[in-house]
Amino acid sequence: MPAPYRVLTLDQVALGDRLPELACDVTATTVVLGALASRDWRPMHHDKHFAVERNGVKDIFLNTPNQAAWFERYVTDFTGPRGRLGRVRFRMQDSVFPGDRMVFRGEVRGVATDALGCGWLDLEVRLDVGEKTMTSCAVRVAVPVHPGDNPWRRSGASWQP
Amino acid sequence: MRLVGSSELPAEVRSWIGQVRYEEETSFEIERGYIFTTCASVENGNPLFWDDEVARELTGGPIAPPSMLSVWFRPHHWTPAGREQRMPYQIHFDLKEALGLPEAVMTHNEIAFGAPVRPGDRLRARQSLASVSELKRTKLGSGRFWVLEVEYRNQRGELVAQESITGFGYRRDA
Repeated sequence: MPAPYRVLTLDQVALGDRLPELACDVTATTVVLGALASRDWRPMHHDKHFAVERNGVKDIFLNTPNQAAWFERYVTDFTGPRGRLGRVRFRMQDSVFPGDRMVFRGEVRGVATDALGCGWLDLEVRLDVGEKTMTSCAVRVAVPVHPGDNPWRRSGASWQP
Repeated sequence: MRLVGSSELPAEVRSWIGQVRYEEETSFEIERGYIFTTCASVENGNPLFWDDEVARELTGGPIAPPSMLSVWFRPHHWTPAGREQRMPYQIHFDLKEALGLPEAVMTHNEIAFGAPVRPGDRLRARQSLASVSELKRTKLGSGRFWVLEVEYRNQRGELVAQESITGFGYRRDA
């Protein structure tokens, strides 16, 4: 038997619900670890001189794939492991640098069951630094419609994100 | 390098629109080391990726976080045969070169996920160019937006994901 884990079912969520905030103080290690974990060897994610001289920014900055990993973590912290990402849309507005305190915030914009019986949450999630949103993200995530349901069992035509 | 005007999208670039320009396969099998490293980089404690019992119950065995998709296609920084020239989203770099735009950023990215990616899988990606904008001026500089589309399938032919990426190639204003 696996250890108990969080299970969020569709009926536990309402339109307008806010997700708990997640804060992280970004360091150079955060940026470099994230870049290397995503096999992104481009110098603007580990070489400050290059980032400043070539990209015209103040420092190395978080790469997009690692931001995607942060968003996934934030969403599945909320849903638990049965939450299954269906669709993600990012809009990168500005860069995240060492020294920034990034705060993830999210709100439920949709709660629905599709024609195939799959439960869906539409979330509007954003990565803020101070008062500014650096990346916004629309996430469509499947969650169980009852405690015995598991969206990961869906495949082929029964999975329509 | 040259900066082309709004009415001067080269015929070569126009011919790329709507065509599959690159097909590539992952150069190594999907492996758990990178899954753990990625989860560690964002302190993702989802037991689906750390606890084999949970993975067995929910997904029939270990899977990779869906958001790692692009990770599997990035080439090694070096190989005995030399530095790999292939780049993920190669069309993005082709456009920079063809349009004379030395800098570029990704501005939007949308992915619809299909079958889970599992350790041992090999994936294939097909890249195509959907559109290129007129010349635009932004706070970064002057250039063009473009939209790339990538379809990903596993070795069983199952659709793993469909991705759409918007890039902005630009020249910094003097």
